Amino acid sequence: MKDLRKHLEERALTLRRHTIRMIGKAQSGHPGGSLSAADIMAVLYFHKLNIDPKKPDWPDRDRFVLSKGHACPVLYAALAESGFFPVDELLTLRTLGGRLEGHPDMRKLPGIEISAGSLGQGLAVANGMALAARLDGRKARIYVLMGDGECQEGEVWEASMFGAHHKLDNVVGIIDYNNLQIDGFVSDILEIQPLKEKWESFGWHTMEIDGHDVMAIVEAFDAVESIKGRPSMIIAKTTKCKGVSFMENKAEYHGKAPSGDELEKAMEELSCIEMIEPDNKEGC
Amino acid sequence: MRDAFVRSLFELAGEDPTVFFLTADLGVFIFDDFKTAYPGRYINLGIAEANMIGVSAGLAASGKMPYAYSIAPFITSRCLDQIRVDICYHRSNVKLVGVGAGFVYGSLGATHHAIEDIAVMRALPGMTVIAPADPLEAEKATRAIHDLDGPAYLRLGRNNDPVVYGSEPGFKIGKANIVRSGKDAAIIATGTAVYSALQAADMLDRDGIDVRVIDMHTVKPVDMEAILQAEEEAGALITVEEHNILGGLGSAVAEVLSEHTGVKKPFRRLGLKDTFCTSVGTPEYIREQYGLDPKNIARTIQDILADGSR
Repeated sequence: MKDLRKHLEERALTLRRHTIRMIGKAQSGHPGGSLSAADIMAVLYFHKLNIDPKKPDWPDRDRFVLSKGHACPVLYAALAESGFFPVDELLTLRTLGGRLEGHPDMRKLPGIEISAGSLGQGLAVANGMALAARLDGRKARIYVLMGDGECQEGEVWEASMFGAHHKLDNVVGIIDYNNLQIDGFVSDILEIQPLKEKWESFGWHTMEIDGHDVMAIVEAFDAVESIKGRPSMIIAKTTKCKGVSFMENKAEYHGKAPSGDELEKAMEELSCIEMIEPDNKEGC
Repeated sequence: MRDAFVRSLFELAGEDPTVFFLTADLGVFIFDDFKTAYPGRYINLGIAEANMIGVSAGLAASGKMPYAYSIAPFITSRCLDQIRVDICYHRSNVKLVGVGAGFVYGSLGATHHAIEDIAVMRALPGMTVIAPADPLEAEKATRAIHDLDGPAYLRLGRNNDPVVYGSEPGFKIGKANIVRSGKDAAIIATGTAVYSALQAADMLDRDGIDVRVIDMHTVKPVDMEAILQAEEEAGALITVEEHNILGGLGSAVAEVLSEHTGVKKPFRRLGLKDTFCTSVGTPEYIREQYGLDPKNIARTIQDILADGSR
């Protein structure tokens, strides 16, 4: 068990390093929600998801839907590290002619299950995938990563009712609850609490966990597999920009790339200086 | 048209196990046969259109072909962003079906009239937009969009729609049907306006004016050839649609004319003049109120032929 923790923590660190390098190189992107979700993504892509990068369209695969599309740097990093495309390509984030757009495009990049960028829509799409999987008798599970601010969208609650009504126990939602959105704290802008009670009252099996404890994430994903007859929602308490101390818990880093000294400091904290190719150093 | 659609979809579902029917709590009883025969593929999602579009996209991403159904404004503008992102951006194989074209739901008031749906759907990249003229054509269109790989919007009347075609019409997406020949003027119409156009042509015939009527069932991609041919051969051109004058069939025809030949012949667009229908009543009554009845269509042609101006 200790080895698994170590392994997943290392993978999460790798995802954070890629995220900062990509956004630093592009000098644009959303670091906040990528860094807060890095541990969740590490558990999904390097432990939980039943996927095969050689067969991205394999019908029995598990699906991962990134509903908060702006966190795509961490998804790109996870896909590249899983072998869906070369790791080198990560540094082409948001560049002309590149496949790594500012929000993910399923028609461009293998491994993206659905394009996203307009918030609140992923859970409904996951519902459709879950229905199809159940009708076709497939064991595939559909994982959806949502933002906490995203829960302000009405469609989330339409989808929530639908998932419970149709007993979609092959759907696992994860809310990256970092309590920050563009303009400040979620609780100051439009309160979503009591969130656990909301999901429970909508008929979902609901858990609250520490979203930076990889083993807690593993255990939660394992635990919800035995829940039958209703979908599950895991509310993962996280810190926005987790891993870079001076960026942590600051709304301004929702969609701002660190630059100059900040970027250097961020990379130092993540010990990723040695990861930079010399010719990229300036750009990073 | 609604019953024709229901019948065709039932047949299609028997032929193709990927066909699903999704409704946002509309038309539930008329789909009982479908529901009984294919229970897993019939879903009433409740009054939640945004989720219905997302679920459709998820089904399509898993190899299914959903037909998502509601009253026209609620399956188009109500959930526009979901259609844009979840369906059009992915080029999802989802078919949207709206009943109540124009003011078919006349007495229900402006919330239920569909007067912007063509414009809004036409603006979405990759969306095919079809408005059949009568039940036989609606059957053909229901099948045609099944054979199309990609998103489509099917704009239907309801029931008791007028009959334009005595026998099964030819139907090809993007290829207009000429339902009446003539050269003094040409009327290009779509949906239930085709019948009004034919009636207007009959009236004009009595005065010795020979009018071509073109059923532009596919508003996108519009049939450029049929438009340019009419421009060349007819003495005047008008478009008729039960829709706002902005962005619909008239706009599509004007775009083609202005970019190709320039508008050389007298040309008018008939539609709602950027207004809601605040008159409540039968479709016939509303047509009269807003100048879309056969008499006014005929009068417009007489006026432009007499005037000769563009």
